[in-house]
Amino acid sequence: MFWKRNLSLQARETRDAYIGLLPFLLGFVIFTAGPLVYSFYLSFTRYDILSAPRWSGFENYARMASGDDTLWQSLRVTVIYTMVAVPVQVIVGYAMALLLNLKVKGLSFWRTAFYMPAVVPAMAVAYVFSWMLQSDVGLLNQSLRAIGLPGPKWFGDPNWVLAAFILMSAWAVGGTLLLYLSALQGVPTELYDASKVDGANAWRRFLNVTLPMTSPVIFFVFLTGMIGTFQVFTVAFVTTNGGPGEASLFYLLYLYRTGWEYLQMGYAAAMAWLLFVILLVITLLSLRLSRTTVFYEGAQE
Amino acid sequence: MSDSGSAQAGGALAQPPPEMGGAWMRRQELGQRLLGRAFLYLALAVLTVVLVAPLVWMVSASFKPEGYVFEYPPRLIAEQIQWWNYVDAWNQFPFWRSLRNTMTIVIGVEAGRLLSASLTAYIFARLRFPGRNALFLLVLSTMMIPYHVVLIPQYLLFRDLGWLDSFRPLIVPHFFGGGAFFIFLLRQFFMTIPRDYDDAARIDGAGTFAILWRIILPMSKPALATVAIFTFMAEWNDFLAPLIYLNSQEKYTLAIAIRQWQQVAVWGAGAYVPPTWNAIMAMATVLTIPPVVLFFFTQRYFIQGVVISGIKG
Repeated sequence: MFWKRNLSLQARETRDAYIGLLPFLLGFVIFTAGPLVYSFYLSFTRYDILSAPRWSGFENYARMASGDDTLWQSLRVTVIYTMVAVPVQVIVGYAMALLLNLKVKGLSFWRTAFYMPAVVPAMAVAYVFSWMLQSDVGLLNQSLRAIGLPGPKWFGDPNWVLAAFILMSAWAVGGTLLLYLSALQGVPTELYDASKVDGANAWRRFLNVTLPMTSPVIFFVFLTGMIGTFQVFTVAFVTTNGGPGEASLFYLLYLYRTGWEYLQMGYAAAMAWLLFVILLVITLLSLRLSRTTVFYEGAQE
Repeated sequence: MSDSGSAQAGGALAQPPPEMGGAWMRRQELGQRLLGRAFLYLALAVLTVVLVAPLVWMVSASFKPEGYVFEYPPRLIAEQIQWWNYVDAWNQFPFWRSLRNTMTIVIGVEAGRLLSASLTAYIFARLRFPGRNALFLLVLSTMMIPYHVVLIPQYLLFRDLGWLDSFRPLIVPHFFGGGAFFIFLLRQFFMTIPRDYDDAARIDGAGTFAILWRIILPMSKPALATVAIFTFMAEWNDFLAPLIYLNSQEKYTLAIAIRQWQQVAVWGAGAYVPPTWNAIMAMATVLTIPPVVLFFFTQRYFIQGVVISGIKG
């Protein structure tokens, strides 16, 4: 009797669990797994939205590999941007957190000031910077001129437009601050004390204690930053819409154009898959790399 | 610098040195430390000015007459404060309707996500059932899938349902799970609530879902607030999805409507002219105020979000 009752309790728990998970499971099938599979299928078709998709084999992928300079340009733009913006995010953000971790007075004031740009909507960021970076009359160039430096044309110059985007992303670097600070505060003080006893100076303490203990968070910021910069859209759409020429044609911007302006949904799906694979490879490579460079407390070989 | 003075004061406080060399060393060290501190605060102040300046100039320009927007050297407050830049701007496009649209979407997503994510999180936090670990791994793995990969099929799905140009594609999906990150965050929080409360309620005859509703949710207000705030930020700032799904002006969200207004010349001063920079800055300010104010007052929930999720890599 007792045994049977117990079993029925467990059965009831299982039933409740699956009833409760129904929305998630449905959502997973309808909005994630289904679309994932369908977009893979679409990537092998020609599809202009108006008529049914037509199977075209590897045509889209072949076009990506050879015949589409714009795609390679958009990849180049995105990769260059990522390669500068992410290290800035990781390193400058970390430096800021280190400063704030020096037992400063008024921590919450500084933290608020540093973090604030990260909560400003991308649209507003885009407008403020396209105003401040006007080539002749913008605040920045006028200031540069005042100290005798020639200001570049920023959004108007193909060679400088990415620098302007990097500047915008650097402005919001404080967005990493909360993560970094909580990691830095989590470093056990005993480790510092032990290190001091061993006669290590501040720099060695940083290298031997702080850096390894916070490396998981540095890695996390690096990875999410990478995934984020590969998906830049709003600021680019609002400020330059890819210009001048194709100098700031970010990948997602080109994908949007392909799908919703040129109505080439099949090709856009192939592009989406390419980006998915790129992000997946980056993630797996970094995870692999992290095994030797990131220190996980409590993990043992 | 008041460097030497402070060092002397420090020296006076210190124990009498055994020899002159030691005292001198200590003073030197103290002086260096004070100098270091001075540099630290200087650096923090400079950083603050640099980071806050764009926002200050945005607000400042939004109150300036048109001719003063590019004035150099710039003045924080122009001779004339032109607050009607705001009124002018929102008379040029359906501002209030767009704001209402944004809020409708925000509220819809909040409802869907709070209900759905807490239900899903609760099940993973409390119930034991076959396949739990595998399913939770499935939840986490959805975080790896970038939105744009599913964007096209989702768009086609909503087109087939006849949902284009409505808020439904932007709201309804959030009722189905509420997003992996939020499920994870709430689960972490729920697991910190002692099971004794559940057991007490169960003895009183409460079922699985009654416990969630009556015990867990009331005790999880801080975590739910974190989810609600993150959601507001994301939906208020959202651009790509509304751009794709909303076609008619009556449906535009604030961000989309402002973008449309800024691009299309408007009727003014007897001719079609693009909006002026002071008006654009006014609308940028309007977009910026809600998230920044919310951030000011709810910072601890942001910090909590980081702490609860316990991101360690």
